[in-house]
Amino acid sequence: MKVLVPVKRVIDYNVKVRVKPDQTGVDLANVKMSMNPFCEIAVEEAVRLKEKGVVSEIVAVSIGPQQAQETIRTALAMGADRGILIQTDDDLEPLAVAKLLKAVVAEEAPELVLMGKQAIDGDNNATGQMMAALLGWPQATFASKVEIADGKATVTREIDGGLQTLEVALPAIVTADLRLNEPRYASLPNIMKAKKKPIDVKSTGDYGVDVSPRLKVLKVTEPPKRAGGIKVESAEQLVGKLKEAGVL
Amino acid sequence: MAVLVVAEHDNASVKDATNKTVTAALALSSDVDVLVAGLGAGAAAAAAAGIAGVRKVLHAEGAAFDQGVAEAVEGLIVPLMANYDAVLFAATATGKNAAPRVAAALDVSPISEIQEVVNASTFVRPIYAGNALETIETSDAKKVITVRTTAFAAAGTGGSASVEAVTAGAPSAAVTFKGAEIVKSDRPELAGAKRVVSGGRAMGSADEFHNVIEPLADKLGAAVGASRAAVDAGYAPNDYQVGQTGKVVAPELYVAVGISGAIQHLAGMKDSKVIVAINKDADAPIFAIADFGLVADYKSAVPELMGELAKAGL
Repeated sequence: MKVLVPVKRVIDYNVKVRVKPDQTGVDLANVKMSMNPFCEIAVEEAVRLKEKGVVSEIVAVSIGPQQAQETIRTALAMGADRGILIQTDDDLEPLAVAKLLKAVVAEEAPELVLMGKQAIDGDNNATGQMMAALLGWPQATFASKVEIADGKATVTREIDGGLQTLEVALPAIVTADLRLNEPRYASLPNIMKAKKKPIDVKSTGDYGVDVSPRLKVLKVTEPPKRAGGIKVESAEQLVGKLKEAGVL
Repeated sequence: MAVLVVAEHDNASVKDATNKTVTAALALSSDVDVLVAGLGAGAAAAAAAGIAGVRKVLHAEGAAFDQGVAEAVEGLIVPLMANYDAVLFAATATGKNAAPRVAAALDVSPISEIQEVVNASTFVRPIYAGNALETIETSDAKKVITVRTTAFAAAGTGGSASVEAVTAGAPSAAVTFKGAEIVKSDRPELAGAKRVVSGGRAMGSADEFHNVIEPLADKLGAAVGASRAAVDAGYAPNDYQVGQTGKVVAPELYVAVGISGAIQHLAGMKDSKVIVAINKDADAPIFAIADFGLVADYKSAVPELMGELAKAGL
């Protein structure tokens, strides 16, 4: 079966984010960019399913600038078979992304879409669920375990206070949470091989989808800074300070 | 405008997250209704009717609602939205699972995890794990919003809204609930706890985490949290994780033990009222945001702290 894995190029999660002085956004110039960590987990899961013989083909799709090709190459080096880049310099909202991905699904006809639960830039946690609704497919979000058999996915989900297990009929959308797996590092031979794997470059216009924004960013600001506190010398002094602060 | 709040509840009572979401909804409009969808949820619906400021409670019954199945929630809410201009969910696992599905069905851009209502179409929300705040204005006629509950005070009680039954459609055949493992604990729930004690990688083992962090948490009546490093190392389960990729907490007291303070952890707890850090490395970044820092090895500091707390009557 075929799996589609959407991947997003985002600011590397180890980079300290800086807000631009003119409040129009965060500074992305000369900043290290990487694949969104949750997308990496989704790619890894797809590759493991392929290694188990459950999956026959993995298609990695990214929507973003020309440099998002590098993100797709990372997925190809991890084990995806081919890539699709829908090239745009616009920062699309999850609704537009979900509509584009729905159009890709119509062309590719995958039985499973495996994707990250959220991107660490916009922190929306929305695209997978929206895609599922637009396609009329079942969803299993925040997955920490995925088993595929008999046209169904049995997914253990991270919910508040514990775990929930759902069985969803394929085709379905599964979004990956942190504990699903630990993504591999691509080996040098696989990185070389990935350079020869095909990437189809498309534009948003190719899909006949309305991607116009619904949200206007009025400003982006730094969160209020926490004033630094004091050092205490002992546990005794600490308890005294906590009493003074009224939290004991 | 009329606003619908989707209640978080356990059928018997409404969770605090619901009261907080009602507060956010009242900042949009004074016409706020609450939807209680559950199984045998009459008591929760009655409790929701008692939340101050609520106009009306809609009560729907169905097994799929009890399990928070997003497809069922979508099927219930989308037709109801003919009567509402906005729907608000608490940004919990259940709310985040269902809200975008409702938004897509209504062809609107969802607005995730708002922490401030500027006006009925303008909101402030954290991006980049709270390292930046964006103020956004929506042009959608209907709004689908999730609410970061730690940013809003809980609406009080004393209301006397009416409860109206609403009928739900047939559940989706494509999703089957197979089971749930909810961790049973006498400790408060991490997300809403007034006090949190978290341990980091310095613990060195799951046993040490269990033997050091949990007794201190119990002494303080606190929930237990952990840094991602401690979770990754297998010292603590994932649902203990506080941070960008885990839970965001804002308790009155947050005690970080053996946590260095990686950006991703700070993002999950920096809005706590009072932060205590215990770490033997005086240069650890956690001290830059801690109200009270104790530079000491946790191995001696935590037992001493336990002793001092006992002296203080805890």
